[in-house]
Amino acid sequence: MSKQEHKSDRKKDSTKKEEESGSSAKGQEKGKKIKEDLDKLMDKIDDVLEENAEEFVKNYVQKGGE
Amino acid sequence: MIKRILGTETEFGIAARNAEALDPVSTSLLLINQYPYLPSPRALWDYEHENPLLDARGFEVEGERERPGPEYNRLLNKVLGNGGRLYVDGAHPEYSTPECTNPLDVVMYERAGDRVLRECCEQAGRMKEPSRLVLYRNNTDGKGNSYGYHENYLVDRTVPFEVLMKNLIPFFVTRQILAGSGKVGAENRMPAVPYQISQRADFFETLVDLNTMVKRPIINTRDEPHSDPAKYRRLHVIVGDANMAEISTYLKVGTLAIVLTMIEEKAALPDIELEDPVRSIKDVSGDIDLKSMIRLSDGRKYTAVEIQRLYLEAAHRFAEGSETEKWTRDLLAKWESVLSRLEQDPMQLSRELDWVIKLKMIRSYMEKKNCGWDDPRLAMMDLQYHDLRPDKGLYFAMERDQYVDRLTTDSDIERAEQNPPTDTRAYFRGTCLKKFPKEVYAASWSSILFDVGNTTIKKVPLMEPLRGTQILTRSLLESARTVEEVLGRLSM
Repeated sequence: MSKQEHKSDRKKDSTKKEEESGSSAKGQEKGKKIKEDLDKLMDKIDDVLEENAEEFVKNYVQKGGE
Repeated sequence: MIKRILGTETEFGIAARNAEALDPVSTSLLLINQYPYLPSPRALWDYEHENPLLDARGFEVEGERERPGPEYNRLLNKVLGNGGRLYVDGAHPEYSTPECTNPLDVVMYERAGDRVLRECCEQAGRMKEPSRLVLYRNNTDGKGNSYGYHENYLVDRTVPFEVLMKNLIPFFVTRQILAGSGKVGAENRMPAVPYQISQRADFFETLVDLNTMVKRPIINTRDEPHSDPAKYRRLHVIVGDANMAEISTYLKVGTLAIVLTMIEEKAALPDIELEDPVRSIKDVSGDIDLKSMIRLSDGRKYTAVEIQRLYLEAAHRFAEGSETEKWTRDLLAKWESVLSRLEQDPMQLSRELDWVIKLKMIRSYMEKKNCGWDDPRLAMMDLQYHDLRPDKGLYFAMERDQYVDRLTTDSDIERAEQNPPTDTRAYFRGTCLKKFPKEVYAASWSSILFDVGNTTIKKVPLMEPLRGTQILTRSLLESARTVEEVLGRLSM
């Protein structure tokens, strides 16, 4: 692979790729269960996540490490 | 084979949520001085044997060695009951585990450190004028400032440093697929990327050097063994991420410990030289599908998983024919299982490895909220994944709801906060601090000093990390009523 290709790999947006696998019925069932669980977690994250995320992240600056 | 001693140092990111915030050094000092459970609060840190300016390549660089006066020494350093150290380094609170002999203990003692720091935060919040401090067990502020997570491995001094370097470079470049902590975006003038495997990869600019703060090297040459320098070196590894996930820490430390044993034993290791390691470490970090190829100097090309697999296969062959540590079998089985699944589909590791746990969490959120990588909430999630507060930290929230796999229990961790490992000199250090809190004048990795009255300080050298264990010193420490008795029986 050329150096150029390496670079484009790094930039590639891989959000489209979906991870839930399992073609069998059992696999699908399991996938559904995981998705429901994760949905619950996502609702919780909204409750926990710092307000004004953008401002918070912007203000987080660390100097003088190691 | 020498028995491997392992230990890690974690610098924590620190944010003050008060409007009238102090500077980061004062905030860090304020924080560590809140810790309520020090067995011997007056104990100093003994800097006598510290010299971070010695280079493993055989020279010493110019610079000022740290020698604070007693009052400032006490403000900067807390010697913990578990034999570890809580201190301020630069502008960060930092925790060093005590010396351990196996990767599971490292996991346990790292997490004990999180408890220590969490206590400090909670105490700071209860002060008369409360300080609302938040700590992050991560390695970057996302704006080009990185802070370290350093691993330490005792290594046989007879192994030439060049041999270590040659064998470790391809290993370090690829180990992040097991132990990267995951990061939204890129920094330090690196090309944009939505998500990458490692927090630290963007910061490695050179191959070998003594530096840890600027132009960071993949191989750090600090030669400060904290033990008998004729027998040992301490390999100081600065290339790794601090992990939240226990299995990431376990694999990060355990795989390297095995590779080091193989190097010491002159076992067959993969004959690999990367064409451009500094570039490859970043390419690997940016390749979340784990499909891109790394070029070797001889023109061969491998994926990161394939390179890790070469090391694993060599380790299997070595373990079949040699005496190894008893945890080796479990470690190799986990390494094998994780690599196989990374090869098929990395998302299968979404309960085990930090970079995948975090990626899965973020992708699920993006899907639910129908947002893109530029949504500021994703950077917030990245940071908050590492938040030490039990109610706010996203890793801890996922752990509590059993979305991640563990190797320890909460009671293991609680015990490790106050009790040293029994199989290294940390046992002697931690036990003396608790048994003789008033008499311990100072301690360090390689010494403990007792104030025996009449302005006399007696020093017990601990230059051998495998002595001072429970087996060797328990009966002495339990039967002695005074420090004089201990010193007498050690014939000091």
